[in-house]
Amino acid sequence: MVSYLLATLVIAGIYAILALGLNVIWGLGGMVNLGLAGFFAVGAYTSALSSIGGLPIWLACILAMVIAGSIGALLARLTLNLRGDYLAIVTLGFGELVRLIAANELWLTNGSDGISGIPGPWRGDLTPLQFNMLFAVLIVVLVVTIWWLTTNLRKSPMGRALRALADDETAAAVAGKPVRKMKVQAFALGSAVIGFGGALYGHYFSYIAPDLFRPLIAIYIFLAVTAGGTGRPSGAVLGAIVVIAVLEGTRYFGDVIPYLSGVKVAALREILVGSLLVVIMRLRPEGLIPARPTTRANI
Amino acid sequence: MLDLLPQFLLNGIIYGALLAVPAVGFSAMFSVLRFPNFSVASQATVGAFAGYAANVWLGWPILLAVVAAFLVSAVIGVIVDEVALRPLRKHGALTTAIASIAGVVVLENVVRFIFGNDMRGYDLPLVRDLRFWDLRIGPQQINNLLIALGIMAVIFAVLRFTRIGKAMRAVADNPGLAELKGIDSIQIGRLAVFFGMGIVGTGGLLLGLGNSIDPMLGFRFFLPIFAAAVVGGLGSTPGAVLGAMVVGIGEEASLLLLSPAYKSAVGFLFIVIVLSFRPRGILGERAY
Repeated sequence: MVSYLLATLVIAGIYAILALGLNVIWGLGGMVNLGLAGFFAVGAYTSALSSIGGLPIWLACILAMVIAGSIGALLARLTLNLRGDYLAIVTLGFGELVRLIAANELWLTNGSDGISGIPGPWRGDLTPLQFNMLFAVLIVVLVVTIWWLTTNLRKSPMGRALRALADDETAAAVAGKPVRKMKVQAFALGSAVIGFGGALYGHYFSYIAPDLFRPLIAIYIFLAVTAGGTGRPSGAVLGAIVVIAVLEGTRYFGDVIPYLSGVKVAALREILVGSLLVVIMRLRPEGLIPARPTTRANI
Repeated sequence: MLDLLPQFLLNGIIYGALLAVPAVGFSAMFSVLRFPNFSVASQATVGAFAGYAANVWLGWPILLAVVAAFLVSAVIGVIVDEVALRPLRKHGALTTAIASIAGVVVLENVVRFIFGNDMRGYDLPLVRDLRFWDLRIGPQQINNLLIALGIMAVIFAVLRFTRIGKAMRAVADNPGLAELKGIDSIQIGRLAVFFGMGIVGTGGLLLGLGNSIDPMLGFRFFLPIFAAAVVGGLGSTPGAVLGAMVVGIGEEASLLLLSPAYKSAVGFLFIVIVLSFRPRGILGERAY
């Protein structure tokens, strides 16, 4: 039971890190990134492969951030001129592209069998319970650190400029802000944080596979950021905890409703999560960072 | 390898014509409602399974299954829109688009709940491929092509000649002005979703007819469908057809260079390349 609770805490922490990363891109920069699962996967695979290859875990995590961040910068650079709805389609496509590569490049990723035996910090020297406790503490410290950093970023001149350009890009450009450069930086920074979340996931569970990086992850994280409201870092962390509470709470569905197969229970859980996102958006639309109002009538 | 090119070209044209069906539905909804409705991905699955239920469970012929696919996905599309999406539209295109992804999750899992994860096939007679010159083509492919072309002709006729079509184009061009002229834009939006999602569901059935179907069907095709609509220009009906041809032929031709696993990634490549040069697609938005 203690191990289960600790594992749940770790997952909540990793989701909080992803939500904090998305918050930089979406909450501050006003850009949508539906390819979140792709950056999560890039981070997870980079760190897993390089640490299996002998790199120390902390260095592997940094490498994961650098690579996820660079790919984020590249994608942002390619899509600078795109309006939000086009960007949504491109980023969603990017996530699917990464999943295809992970599933098919057997020489690198071992395909759908996934990669196992990913080292965790001091795993060999500790009992499983001690390892769980250590990792849970580590995750809490990391979430607090990233929360603190992104809160400061939000208040910094760069953060204020980012919010200004999310509100009105033209006005920010007229005010002399290097709009394009800042958008690329914000996207890269957020992607690096999401990649870091992926790296941590691999080192904790010691196993990753392409199926873990379905676009469903993006839904969970958007749900977290939305549920937390306002796009503030604290909201992202709070939202991640709520999402995990819902996901874990519905795990026992099968026991409550008899005669349902595993597939049906899993389907019901995902239906619930999807519906919940819609309900929360209906109840708290002001909690969303508003997409710039379109000039079209609201039909 | 190059001697295979004519065969790939032929396959690409047929596949492009099938892809054009859901792409046109997606594009028509975008032109009226101004947001990318991602739930198209799962509505294609809904259509494919509605057709399956009609064809296998009830024993209906394929043409009637097409009608069933159209009606079921059209009605479900309108319900999802009324319950989840329309109230959110005033908060902007992106908010609505994200809610529509939640719609994908819900619909896909409703299909999974009813039908399970297993692969299923339609009840179709096995027929030998036709051969001419060095090319092969399946009679089912020809049927699908004819159905796709028929649907396309009906859509064009409706948009071009009927009052509903004119009203839709008016709302797409300028909703404020259309409202002044006494066009009920909410009603037109509802009609756009009904026809759009119906067409998408039919497209899902056609794409599924070639091989087996499972709840991930629509999701597997989401990249090519969106790529077709985006490459041609979001919201433009001829653009969606042109985009579908480009993506369809491109995907089949990519088999000369790439492993089949990456076929659907070709759509992504086209999106990035075309949008780098023309951020509004080849034909631009809302070209009729």
